[in-house]
Amino acid sequence: MALSEQQVRHVARLARLALSDEEVAAFRTQLAEILDYAEQVGEVATQDVPPMTHPARPANVLRDDEPVDGLAPDEALAPAPAAEDGRFRVPRIVGDESAAGPAPADDGAWTSTGEERP
Amino acid sequence: MTALHQLSAHELLARQDAAEVTAREIVDDHLARIAATDSDVGAFLRVTADQARAHADDIDRRRAAGEPVGALAGVPLALKDILATRGVPTTCASRMLEGYEPPYDATVVELLREADAVVVGKTNLDEFAMGSSCENSAFWPTRNPWDLSRVPGGSSGGSAAAVAAQHAPLGIGTDTGGSIRQPATLTGTVGVKPTYGRVSRFGLIAFASSLDQVGPFARSVPDAALLLSAIARPDPRDSTSIRKPLDDPQAQLDVGAAGLRVGVVREFMEGEGLDPQVREACQQAVDRLTDLGAEVVDVSLPHAPYGLPAYYLINPSEASSNLARYDGVRYGLRVDGPTTEAMMAATRDAGFGAEVKRRIMIGTFALSAGYFDAYYAQAQRVRTLIARDFEAAFASCDVLVGPTAPTTAFPLGDKTDDPLAMYLNDVYAVPASLAGTPALSLPVGTDAGGLPIGLQLMGPLLGEATLLRAARALEVDLGLDLTPRGAQAVGATG
Repeated sequence: MALSEQQVRHVARLARLALSDEEVAAFRTQLAEILDYAEQVGEVATQDVPPMTHPARPANVLRDDEPVDGLAPDEALAPAPAAEDGRFRVPRIVGDESAAGPAPADDGAWTSTGEERP
Repeated sequence: MTALHQLSAHELLARQDAAEVTAREIVDDHLARIAATDSDVGAFLRVTADQARAHADDIDRRRAAGEPVGALAGVPLALKDILATRGVPTTCASRMLEGYEPPYDATVVELLREADAVVVGKTNLDEFAMGSSCENSAFWPTRNPWDLSRVPGGSSGGSAAAVAAQHAPLGIGTDTGGSIRQPATLTGTVGVKPTYGRVSRFGLIAFASSLDQVGPFARSVPDAALLLSAIARPDPRDSTSIRKPLDDPQAQLDVGAAGLRVGVVREFMEGEGLDPQVREACQQAVDRLTDLGAEVVDVSLPHAPYGLPAYYLINPSEASSNLARYDGVRYGLRVDGPTTEAMMAATRDAGFGAEVKRRIMIGTFALSAGYFDAYYAQAQRVRTLIARDFEAAFASCDVLVGPTAPTTAFPLGDKTDDPLAMYLNDVYAVPASLAGTPALSLPVGTDAGGLPIGLQLMGPLLGEATLLRAARALEVDLGLDLTPRGAQAVGATG
């Protein structure tokens, strides 16, 4: 299937990938080739065939409800790029976005949760 | 005189039991071998020499004091750098995780330590295990010990090359759609993908969670069985872990092939793009099985040709979801940006290589509104049909056989510009991955250029013991010398 530049940019946006123009151009061709190949699955008659999500037969696996040791907060935070007061530190998420500058490489109008604004 | 690095794990254990050699001597010899030849091969991203020597000394001390040692005591092991090791960098060969030191050990790593296997280093891979040549590593490509101008396969190319180059008799790889079996074929080693869930995935950095499985590399079937026995354990920290214990594969290993019903998979032997020399070597191996008393029949897996197309929807879909965790917040790379979203997008653009981005893009597209049913859901239905094909074939067969990969090792750079050509390496490996069934690759010959060829043996769910028994019978019968040789082989000039 042919993919438009806009479609590629839309998918990159969903995946939080700030692709360069060169990457967008290359992926237009490559993704189309790979999807053309993968579309062969459409040739198979699958009426009444249930989807297989997993080789393990779906079943609840429960452990005894007893407390066990986990990672200490400082161990869990140690690999983080930035931490403060026992928490992961990130740039501003809410508030005055105009002061924080525009969102990158897209057409704006997205919140940090990825939902389109009305 | 045979050098220690030429010996099998079984031989190294026997020599220590006979007090002919110490763990420290074994480890020092392998570290010297690595120092002498890994600059050519590039199998290790990190050699953990100090920890390895300290572990070996501890094993020797315990032996001398009459204290217990593990089942793999003093045997060097190469560990794929996708398994979390506490306090030791674990990179997945990605810039995204460069310098990341996990705060915990993978279950497999704990079990290996319990068994006293000595980890000599962490091995290279295609970034996040995405690839079939080890060229997608963000650091450097690993080279094939049989011909340094060729790839070792992937994604577990570093562990495969380390075992083939005698850097260690044992290696740990992971197989999502052939990432143990295909490099085993290309490097003339034995590689086993166990039944899905046989080995814990806790601490295995996730790629495609319904497919990922840890397994052994070795230079012989008994060594592979030994390592599998050490790592196949139920694990409460992995909810998909199989609760049933592994039948001891070593007990049945030397029973022979007589009476086994072996099905030759038509779709694999007549597959498009199959090198005639690979086909010939596989056919000869099948003929040997007949001579050994196996009952050989033709079987069909009619939906197997749709395995690779289905895999390239399911695998990227799961990958795109799993790799969402690399957001510059909790671990790994961060590239600063004015907002959290800008930081995440810039981090992911800088941290991921081309193949990883490609898979994330395909997966995100396949899961997106309007495409989900035609792509991901349809691929999952095809997956059901493939699993049913295997079930039907195993109603009349104990083991299925066919080629592991369509060709022998190819030159570096040959397929890096053509993602689809690279994917086709795994066309015969992927069906067993989708079905969740165990499979292994056994060296059965070489091509005209002296490069190794592997036969794939596939078993029913939980059928590892029979699989290894069939492979062992063939291995003994063939009696191949699997030392890399030839003008381009590692060590050929020195």
